[in-house]
Amino acid sequence: MARIAGIDLPKNKRGEIALTYIYGIGPSTAQYILSKAGIDFDKKAAEWNDDEQTAIRNIISGEFKVEGQLRSEVQMNIKRLMDIACYRGLRHRKGLPLRGQRTRTNSRTRKGKRKTVAGKKKAPKK
Amino acid sequence: MARSIRKGPYVDAKLEKKITNMAEGKTKKGVIKTWSRRSTITPDFVGSTFAVHNGNKFIPVYVTEFMVGHKLGEFAPTRNFKGHSGSK
Repeated sequence: MARIAGIDLPKNKRGEIALTYIYGIGPSTAQYILSKAGIDFDKKAAEWNDDEQTAIRNIISGEFKVEGQLRSEVQMNIKRLMDIACYRGLRHRKGLPLRGQRTRTNSRTRKGKRKTVAGKKKAPKK
Repeated sequence: MARSIRKGPYVDAKLEKKITNMAEGKTKKGVIKTWSRRSTITPDFVGSTFAVHNGNKFIPVYVTEFMVGHKLGEFAPTRNFKGHSGSK
């Protein structure tokens, strides 16, 4: 069982896919790591031997920011925007989309579940 | 689409002049009134206060070092939504 970058232990997946379970590593980064470590993409994560595991660990810790560190960096960036009170920061505070999307409809990812407003009339039929 | 790095940050010529004049002491220090919302904040701006026009009135913006790289307009919202009439 492989345990890399803290808490992640994906097994029974091809190495290329298993690495993407780590926050901050996507398909292209995973491929880069494996090719640099000289491991076949198709080799299952559980089949890596100790040498291969340490090689992967060294590449990740040396070149990438993953998991907690990356998460806190993202949070810091958002906090910076909110603290300087720029437009993007204000949108973060209100929980609305930042990049000029429409909010009359949609934007449900940012706004969350629909909150029905009582007494709001539907558009009159003609 | 981001601006090409080759061109460097954009600052309105008029605004740039106002700042250099103030730094050299040619004009009195104080709030710089500007309509140039499109100007990027450069490190020279840090520490001064701008009155940025939002289409209706001037919003005072005190520039800190974290604001460098943003545009002046980002700190003077043009729409001020106070909530719907029904909701308190």
